Amino acid sequence: MSFKRKDLLGLASLSQEEMALILDAAEPFKEVSGREIKKVPALRGKTVINLFFEPSTRTRTSFELAAKRLSADVVNFSPSSSSVMKGETLLDTARNIEFMQADILVLRHSSAGAAEILARNSRLSVINAGDGWHEHPTQALSDLLTIQEKKGQVRDLHVAIVGDVAHSRVARSNIYALTKMGANVRVVGPPTMIPLCLHRLGVTVYHDFDEAISGVDVVIMLRLQLERQGRSLFPSIREYARLYGLTAERVQRAAKDVLVMHPGPVNRGVEIAHDVVDGNAAVILEQVANGVAVRMGLMYLLSQRN
Amino acid sequence: MTQTKSRHESVIMDRHEMTRALTRIAHEILERNKGCHDVGLVGIRTGGVYLAQRLKQLVSQIERTDVVLGELDITLYRDDLALRKNQPVLKKTDIPFHISDLKIILVDDVLFTGRTIRAAMDGLMDLGRPAEIQLAVLVDRGHRQLPIRANYVGKNIPTAKDENIRVFLEELGEEDRVSKLIEAERTA
Amino acid sequence: MTNDLKILITGGQVIDPGHWNGVADVLIERGKISAVEPNLQSKLQKVKGVEIVDAKGLLVCPGFVDLHVHFREPGFEYKETIATGSAAAVAGGFTSVCCMPNTHPINDSRSTTEFILAQAAAAGKARVFPIGAITKGSKGEELAEIGELFDAGCVAVSDDGVPVMNSLVMRRAMEYATAFHLPVIDHCEDSQLAPGGCMHEGAVSTELGIPGIPKATEEVMVARNIALAELTGSRLHLPHVSTVGSVRMAREAKARGIPVTAEACPHHFSLTDEAVRSYNTNAKMNPPLRTDEDVQAIKEGLQDNTIDIVATDHAPHAIQEKQLEFDEAPFGIIGLETAFPLTLSLVEEGTLTLEQAIAKLTREPARVFDLPYGTLVPGVEADLTLIDLNATWVVDTARLHSLSRNTPFAGWTMKGRVVKTFVGGTVVYDREDIL
Repeated sequence: MSFKRKDLLGLASLSQEEMALILDAAEPFKEVSGREIKKVPALRGKTVINLFFEPSTRTRTSFELAAKRLSADVVNFSPSSSSVMKGETLLDTARNIEFMQADILVLRHSSAGAAEILARNSRLSVINAGDGWHEHPTQALSDLLTIQEKKGQVRDLHVAIVGDVAHSRVARSNIYALTKMGANVRVVGPPTMIPLCLHRLGVTVYHDFDEAISGVDVVIMLRLQLERQGRSLFPSIREYARLYGLTAERVQRAAKDVLVMHPGPVNRGVEIAHDVVDGNAAVILEQVANGVAVRMGLMYLLSQRN
Repeated sequence: MTQTKSRHESVIMDRHEMTRALTRIAHEILERNKGCHDVGLVGIRTGGVYLAQRLKQLVSQIERTDVVLGELDITLYRDDLALRKNQPVLKKTDIPFHISDLKIILVDDVLFTGRTIRAAMDGLMDLGRPAEIQLAVLVDRGHRQLPIRANYVGKNIPTAKDENIRVFLEELGEEDRVSKLIEAERTA
Repeated sequence: MTNDLKILITGGQVIDPGHWNGVADVLIERGKISAVEPNLQSKLQKVKGVEIVDAKGLLVCPGFVDLHVHFREPGFEYKETIATGSAAAVAGGFTSVCCMPNTHPINDSRSTTEFILAQAAAAGKARVFPIGAITKGSKGEELAEIGELFDAGCVAVSDDGVPVMNSLVMRRAMEYATAFHLPVIDHCEDSQLAPGGCMHEGAVSTELGIPGIPKATEEVMVARNIALAELTGSRLHLPHVSTVGSVRMAREAKARGIPVTAEACPHHFSLTDEAVRSYNTNAKMNPPLRTDEDVQAIKEGLQDNTIDIVATDHAPHAIQEKQLEFDEAPFGIIGLETAFPLTLSLVEEGTLTLEQAIAKLTREPARVFDLPYGTLVPGVEADLTLIDLNATWVVDTARLHSLSRNTPFAGWTMKGRVVKTFVGGTVVYDREDIL
């Protein structure tokens, strides 16, 4: 089986086999990133455009490194330096990029569906690097790879996703990825942060973290958007940390060899305690390393499309 | 309209000839490099890997020393990557030693156009700076498109360009042999 | 819009809700209906100068009345003008339309009202009735000069598009409007309850990650407005009812004798939030497409007359405005040219009788705004629509009369097609002219 898609827009529409294919493709690139000369010529002569409408140094850097290690030429567009501020529509921006003969467009945008709209109207291969609250597929795939490496397989694992699920694209992509791979997913957060009808995605909703964490194999902590304080989603950071922060004590309630994950950047002492971030259970940095490999594998697969 | 494929196989080297050729190559390697203390064997996926493993064993039998062994996947270095219809399966390159300053002996089953070896050399260079790169192949069938020549050759087999030479290996579930395959397509 | 010619529309199935339902001929004299009777043709054979319109096999009914359109003029003529909007109206069988005041400037003055009426007269297609603003600039703060708007020709008041959030202002508006017996329309939406919302809040919005608009956003305002109507005795018209709860509250209010009327839009009983799935901005409107349960409730509301009328909320937007990210694109779709077949599908599925469906497009809206149209009783202006109920057609946006193309029904096969439209006895739309 080969990867037939033009774009990667989200995991909701991907099959288990397609996700496995991307993970398999990522595997050999981990070795490349471990070399002294971290470069292979697979995408030589290809152009990758990082079009980031939202600031994200971390994701953009990961995509940039991935593309560069594949020998692609990489150009970063960001709103302040592009014509977006001059009233150009997203589609016009994309058409311009297309006619510069770029091959892959990596898009980060605050609007849900931006990547899908763009992909539909362009010949470019579009990779969704986060669209509003919708999806962040490469993050979830890196998480999947990390879990698979550490646990051998994802099937039948108990995974808790904790935090502001309603406003999290990472949560949505992870829910799709994990449920499709056969994990049992629990979602934990205050009711203000759990969207309506979430159970329809095949997850179990909890509001009590202590109850939800008991016996889980993996805990994925979501970043608390501190700027949301004052919008009545939670009364105070203090109370949030007390009810939904991952402390060493809570880690004890999970399975013995639990993995603690976080998409970063971490608010130490808020959603996750300082000693847990640096503790043995945390695989947060492995997630980052796997992020580059997954993005390399994905770009390799997309560039092989005929 | 139906197409029927009939395959005719003629064996060029049998199991014994293969072993003899590999044993000779092992001797030649040791002779040329005055032993094997600064030598590393690197098999090119897939066939070359098993031949390199056999050479490693033969060398250690002859010399009673061990020689380091690695595996190289050249998919990412191919010059026809974008042209191929099917996505080649990516495998891992696994060279568990530093290649810098070693004499690296690339091992492959069939030497044909030379493009695979070009890609393998590029791949190796990205991993370090070997003192020397040598090339060992079981079969050289000619028709080079690049200025590449093997240092160790099991057997030279003159071929027509469209002929198909296949090396079958025990490790891949076949009986050891080198064959010329003639595929005739009949349209009925 | 009158002429001296006599026109006889012969052999059609005439439905004039409450007055006639059966095959009859319709005689038009001096632009007015003069008779609806069977076999008029034989009686009139000797009279000269009668133009015969053969309506055999067609439905003949009063011209449709739409209480809710946006014609964008003045201010946004690139979306729609009164001329293009009126052309779309008559092509959809509508002979009278009421246009919302959210133009630029907002229609909160006599001069804007008069401008709209003048443009409509110049266009010479549908009758256009302006709806005046409730508050100055629709800012929700000070009352507009409602008396002056009434004098100038406004048939109702509304700050459509924006709700009147301040309940005291709304109370005063309702009290004041009763002096002119004007219906008050409030876009029922507690905007603070759905910050950034752009689709129904539910399973689909959760999956798509689109900020949601919960049903309660509409329902809290419906509840408030009903309470204020009860307090003030004002006529309250609830536009584009979209939820189970709104239907229930309207039903209950009517049962208690509160002067409430309600409307439903074809898209709210034809589509659900599933239509948004591909981030289709032509499925983005406010109130948003809801769920099956709501569609069902709206149909029940139409059936038991809790919902009095069908109105389009025809809201044109230019292509470049809709070709944006989902949350950036404006709310609204065009509806005049698809409203009838979508309503007819309620007849096909057995929700409404044909006469009921026609009533909700004619007699009932005319009653809600006190317009002397929507009927064929002798003496009224001859506004009629001739329809081929069995014709099927595919919605091709390139062939719509509206200046805009924003419809979620593009490519749909529709059953029921307007063939001819008369306003004041004059043919303003004739499908044969196009063919």
